[in-house]
Amino acid sequence: MRGTLFAATIVALIPLVLVIYYLLHKGLSLWFTSGFFTTDPTGSFFGNPGGIRSAILGSLVIVALATVISIPIGIGVALYLTEYGKQSWFANTVRYFVDVMTGVPSIMFGLFIYIVLVTSRFGGSGYAAWKGAVALALLMLPIVIRSAEVVLLLVPSSLREAALALGAPRWRVVFQVVLPTSLSGLLTGSLLAIARGMGETAPLLFTVATAFGLTFNLNSQMNTMPFLIFTDITSPRAAIQNIAWGTALTLVTIVLIFNLFARLIASRSSA
Amino acid sequence: MNTPDTTSKEQADVSAGGTPAPQSPQATGASKPAVTGKAGHAVNLKDLNAYYGAEHAIKDVTIDFPANEVTALIGPSGSGKSTVVRCINRMHEEIPGARATGSVRLDELDVYAPDVDVTAVRRLIGMVFQKPNPFPTMSIFDNVAAGLRLTGTKSKDLKDLVHRSLQSVGLWDEVKDRLGSPGIGLSGGQQQRLCIARTVAIEPEVILMDEPASALDPISTLKIEELIDELKERYTIVIVTHNMQQAARVANSTVFMLEGEVIEHDETTKIFTNPSDERTERYVTGKFG
Repeated sequence: MRGTLFAATIVALIPLVLVIYYLLHKGLSLWFTSGFFTTDPTGSFFGNPGGIRSAILGSLVIVALATVISIPIGIGVALYLTEYGKQSWFANTVRYFVDVMTGVPSIMFGLFIYIVLVTSRFGGSGYAAWKGAVALALLMLPIVIRSAEVVLLLVPSSLREAALALGAPRWRVVFQVVLPTSLSGLLTGSLLAIARGMGETAPLLFTVATAFGLTFNLNSQMNTMPFLIFTDITSPRAAIQNIAWGTALTLVTIVLIFNLFARLIASRSSA
Repeated sequence: MNTPDTTSKEQADVSAGGTPAPQSPQATGASKPAVTGKAGHAVNLKDLNAYYGAEHAIKDVTIDFPANEVTALIGPSGSGKSTVVRCINRMHEEIPGARATGSVRLDELDVYAPDVDVTAVRRLIGMVFQKPNPFPTMSIFDNVAAGLRLTGTKSKDLKDLVHRSLQSVGLWDEVKDRLGSPGIGLSGGQQQRLCIARTVAIEPEVILMDEPASALDPISTLKIEELIDELKERYTIVIVTHNMQQAARVANSTVFMLEGEVIEHDETTKIFTNPSDERTERYVTGKFG
């Protein structure tokens, strides 16, 4: 029995190790080619393919905007569920929909935004960075709500009672007792949601589309790391495929950094 | 947010609740006078009924809690002692599905009147819980000051108030050199006295204590009991306890409850030496409960 389970564990580990191996093997050398992080992709098939600067910055901009949208709303919804809605039918209905949303394939969020915002040319443009950010925010929202609700429920009800018994209005209990007590847990959950959003390709495919050059105009198309990987890896030219590997390693590294921060904050608060 | 932070409005509500009665600093909005020498106020329950959903937890309870006295509530688990106490400062209604009918009066103030603000009621009627529950994110100082900060009350002499509050619970000398360190770093007994200081700092008229010493060691318990004896000079105190020796030591009068009803309410000495009701006698002599 023990041997079988050990074998199963090894079988599960093989692809994980191979993924990391291939990322490093194929991607790491790209990091040391000149201009990889400091120039933009040229889009030229035969000449110098350029670097990935616009993809990194584009991803960061779009995820930052998605974070600004999803974290406050998500924590707000979680606060409503734990502090006000509790077990009312409305709160339970919201919980049910949030659970359903967690399981919705990410491409559906892209499709939804494509129909609502892109084909309607809302805001005067078709594909736009901010529309991708909205799609990512929709994807991150249920993750934020679920993780925040779990953390908020960990705040002992005795603390809420203590504050209420001192004559505190409920909103002050929320802001001065519940939120400070659960701050590190909320941060951890938010960072994990950000890491998740950072790596998503599907919601960006037909909302942001892509661009080669660097732009910070949120109403225009923008380059992103997942999209760059998607386009470059399908190129017939090896030099461009290699850019995809270098980008993939960069993306994984950034996601890893977010996860490490999340773990660091979580372990600090429990200590 | 449901309750806007209009402290002045809340205060106005209580005054409008209509009554000359508790001339507390909170109710009048006047600056705080010296805590010492303040006359206490009586609490009267009349035909109080409380429910948890369909469960009828307390039935037609009528009790008078005299000013500046300690009244103990005793009775077996589930007899409704805690519920009675939680009805007095309207904490009962925080439990989903819970409701109460009947009348609770603080002198002339009808605590359940529709125009009375619940947060103002709770500032007049402080509460100490069974388990010490200092705020874990706050320092010792901030815990004592929490009542003011959580109600948006500005105080010029916050340091002085914290000093006086800690001194009145006998904690000042133990913590004066580490006011900035976390409140949860204290021992259990110190934490409970910190929680009492936190309650004293809002300068209530009445202090409710729900088994305040049941989670503490005997020495800490003794300190809390001595403290109760001092606090009754200034406050009306209602204490729920499972410990009958404790009731006998600290309470002027004692109420014996059973299955949500008041069985007997009399001088503590009479309850413990010569009770009128046979059920009281059986309980205080340890034959059941």
